[in-house]
Amino acid sequence: MALISDGRFVEDGWRRLADEEDLPKSGRIIVSLARLPHALEKLTPETSLGVLAPNTTEIDALATALPRLGLISIAFPAFADGRGFSLARLLRSAGFTGELRASGRLLADQYTHALGCGFDAIEIPDDLAARQDETQWRAARDAYSRTYQRGYISRGSILDARRKAAQ
Amino acid sequence: MSVHDLSAAARPNAPTTTYRYDEFDADFVRERVAEFREQVRRRLEGSLTEDEFRPFRLMNGLYLQLHAYMLRVAIPYGTLTARQMRCLADIADRWDRGYGHFTTRQNLQYNWPKLIDTPDILDALADVEMHAIQTSGNCIRNVTADHFAGVAADEIEDPRATAEFLRQWSSLHPEFSFLPRKFKIAVTGATHDRAAILAHDIGLRILKNDAGDIGYQVMVGGGLGRSPFIGKIIRDFLPRADLLAYLEAIMRVYNRYGRRDNKYKARIKILVHEKGIEAIRDAVEKEFASMDRSVFSHDPEEFTRIAAYFAPPPYESLPAVSATLRAARNDNPALDNFVAVNVSPHREPGYAIVTVSLKPIGGIPGDATSAQMRTLADASERFGFGELRVSHEQNIILPHVKQDDLPALWRILDAAGLATANAGLISDIISCPGLDYCSLATARSIPIAQEISKRFSDMSRQRRIGKLGVKISGCINACGHHHIGAIGILGLEKKGQESYQITLGGDPTFSAAIGEIVGPGVGAEQVPDVIEHLVDFYLAEREEKETFIDTWRRVGHARFKDALRREGEDGAYI
Repeated sequence: MALISDGRFVEDGWRRLADEEDLPKSGRIIVSLARLPHALEKLTPETSLGVLAPNTTEIDALATALPRLGLISIAFPAFADGRGFSLARLLRSAGFTGELRASGRLLADQYTHALGCGFDAIEIPDDLAARQDETQWRAARDAYSRTYQRGYISRGSILDARRKAAQ
Repeated sequence: MSVHDLSAAARPNAPTTTYRYDEFDADFVRERVAEFREQVRRRLEGSLTEDEFRPFRLMNGLYLQLHAYMLRVAIPYGTLTARQMRCLADIADRWDRGYGHFTTRQNLQYNWPKLIDTPDILDALADVEMHAIQTSGNCIRNVTADHFAGVAADEIEDPRATAEFLRQWSSLHPEFSFLPRKFKIAVTGATHDRAAILAHDIGLRILKNDAGDIGYQVMVGGGLGRSPFIGKIIRDFLPRADLLAYLEAIMRVYNRYGRRDNKYKARIKILVHEKGIEAIRDAVEKEFASMDRSVFSHDPEEFTRIAAYFAPPPYESLPAVSATLRAARNDNPALDNFVAVNVSPHREPGYAIVTVSLKPIGGIPGDATSAQMRTLADASERFGFGELRVSHEQNIILPHVKQDDLPALWRILDAAGLATANAGLISDIISCPGLDYCSLATARSIPIAQEISKRFSDMSRQRRIGKLGVKISGCINACGHHHIGAIGILGLEKKGQESYQITLGGDPTFSAAIGEIVGPGVGAEQVPDVIEHLVDFYLAEREEKETFIDTWRRVGHARFKDALRREGEDGAYI
């Protein structure tokens, strides 16, 4: 898998823990949603915890865990399945401030959507990363100087620019 | 600065009563074109596979059809300036085959563009403040509105300001660009629904409440396709200030819970049908209540900014009735018929709304040549503040014509083959492109429309029959709106043969209804006969002033069915 953050391929500082693996005493680990309650219970102060959440996860299922999670990775079963965008948006609205990661066969062309909804990083399979290099991800990130929506993250807001121009 | 600078209105090609891009809109559209140009390049060099490229080309209006690519250009709320219409004509000549096809969603389709040319076409569109953004794909599509917006006598408020407000909000939405399926929104501000809002994923009806405040009745879950549904009311009265927040709540519920396991069950109408409108309303209201609405606090002033563009043009003070027109109608029966059928009352005294039919007898519904587009652009400048509309019935509207000018306008239209006096009559047929162009089609549509039109070529007979909506789809996806035609025709394929299923009683207005099947499918060559028998039965049964659908409702579906069956027993055709 390749990880894109801030328009670059970066080293992944987190490790995906298989369900049968023991919890380590320290480090940054990502567990499945099923294992989350157990992991929270056994968590040592030296361990940072992340969770891999299906895109159908209800916010209520994560609500109490949110303050203790350093990362949430939302699975995109297909690039055109946009449920993860809404889930990210809801997690940010619920106050989650840790790393939000989109994991699946996302395309560079969806980078602005992902960033807009609050994702920090995109995790894609290596074959896709080989076809879509950093330049393509950066170009996609910078494709729009301003966008129309309010309450989403973007490089600039058309509404704000208009209000400023009118003053 | 006044939006309606009179010197600008007098200048040739000046846009008058519609939205104009500011620098930010213009930049956004240019950036969209640049992004698409890059996507085409990456597709051709292999960075994107065809499967990956598909949703992005669709969101820029580019389909791969039976014989070629098809580019669908957005005409937001169906409003065009003369300059924009000329640009559409120029594109048809330069990059296509000299014509375009106006669609049931107030868009324009080019049937023969080359992939490599499409970024240049989009740049040419951007030059005149147009685009092809979100005319396809599983996203919020081009927002449509009443084609008589701003001029209808029965209007509470011009719906185009709302439609433009939504166009901007929905453009490249970060959260709602990969929905389970396409999403269509229509708006009306009148007491009579000309935008078929109950056949849309979301229908918005502008209302004024008892306190005099403007808001919206919100309908959700309407749609045609293989499972037709009439939209259901989710909110009786939504204050305008809450419009974007409430729509965002609906979209979020749909994006999260709409079905993705079967594309034929993925529209919001199926979610509403399966969960029930109460459950959907609860989910939407809960989401709406939990949202941070402070981000929408500047919506009212933004709405006001947009609405100012739709202020009425500088009308002259005129007598309500034109003596010039009356005299000309007396002298010229063809003009008289045209005015009787294709001209609607305007809310301003002395003005009229003219429907220019793109349904010549035996022609292809909705097609216009580049020469016709230019004629219409010229006519709109000479007679109508340079503004044109596209109706969902696939006709062109000149919305502000002085009654005094109708004879001169008619002569120009007549010379260009654009004066067919059949607006709303049986030959004003809505038809999808069908098997002649479309890769989804199971049967031909256009030739069926042409044959029906020829069968009823006698215009006095058409006028005797009166208002009658015939709508034809070449497959179950229902792009020709057959479900809501008083007579609906659906082309299917049965054992390698085209078979046409006929429905009666469909209605696209506030009294919306889905048509009922009248009998077994018939072959292509029999369709005009069946229609003729149905019409003859109606004429025999109708009481004073009843339209086809009135009579059908009064006498009942069974008797229409029997009428056909009896014909069948005589060895006719069923």
